[in-house]
Amino acid sequence: MSSHTEATHAHGGPAVYTRNLVALLILTTITVGAAYVDFGPGNVVIALSIATIKAILVALFFMHLRWDKSVNTIICLAGFLFLGIFLMFDLLDFTSRRDPTPRNLPAMAQPTPVPATMNPLLTPPPKPVFAEPKAAEGEGAAKEK
Amino acid sequence: MEQQFDTSKLGMWLFLTTEILLFGGLFVGFGMMQNRYPREFFEAHEHLQRGYGAFNTVVLLFSSWTMVMAVNAASTNQKKKLVMFLWLTILCAFIFLGVKYFEYSHKYYDGLLPGRFYSHQALDAVKGTYGQATFFAFYFMMTGLHGIHILVGIFLLYWLVRRSNRGDFDSAYYTPVDLVGLYWHIVDMIWIYLFPLYYLIT
Repeated sequence: MSSHTEATHAHGGPAVYTRNLVALLILTTITVGAAYVDFGPGNVVIALSIATIKAILVALFFMHLRWDKSVNTIICLAGFLFLGIFLMFDLLDFTSRRDPTPRNLPAMAQPTPVPATMNPLLTPPPKPVFAEPKAAEGEGAAKEK
Repeated sequence: MEQQFDTSKLGMWLFLTTEILLFGGLFVGFGMMQNRYPREFFEAHEHLQRGYGAFNTVVLLFSSWTMVMAVNAASTNQKKKLVMFLWLTILCAFIFLGVKYFEYSHKYYDGLLPGRFYSHQALDAVKGTYGQATFFAFYFMMTGLHGIHILVGIFLLYWLVRRSNRGDFDSAYYTPVDLVGLYWHIVDMIWIYLFPLYYLIT
């Protein structure tokens, strides 16, 4: 029993958790600040990198992975590994096709209007309920043709 | 006892992995559609207010801290502190959902609801495509699923409060507190990714 309490008490402590919270809040400030600066495609990289650092901090300290049995870390990483495989093959597929559009959706490259009934997202035609009824420019033009 | 604790934790981590994959699939879908409709996604994301998102991020991070402090209090026999931190975590969860309520009602009045309830008149770059509606379909699907997780978390936390008041937990047995803590942190972790993807990326 004594070994049990020793093992569980080694889980950081309030000071460690508070420092971790401060670090997470600072990272949040940085990521919000960075969003107001235009780095071009770098914005996505910066935002996701900071999010990943934050996720690692949460996992290591708040979720105790730093002090836990390593099998829990392995399970956690396995989840992300398979997510990575999923994403990688999807991206391979996406980037190696000329037109990645599914058959039931309008093609990306050709600006030919497609009847609204073919799109699963927008049938029946939109009806503004609470917004003021504006002239349906895009929709109406597409249907008149 | 220790072996039981470790086994429960292992089981919880396996469940958390399925959570990662559940949300992961949605994230991949969002990434695909963002590649397909970069301009529409940019325009649609202007409807989200960064202030709300940033505030909610801070609330959730703080609630993660109160949760881990509750686990710490349970493991060191501080029962009053345990109950206090559990209540604080519940309070943060309600603040989070309250802010989400304001955000959702704003989108409701703008007609930005997903699927066939989308009635906002926005122009897509290519006529006949529905990039903006797709953005909001993903937005409501992912934040909604996340919100349901928060709701489940509130019930679990309340259950913990009841059990703590009954005196079920001490340093020798606090497995439920620890496992709900893990669940709460994964919900926080998912928001850590949701926030920049929806509110910040341009």
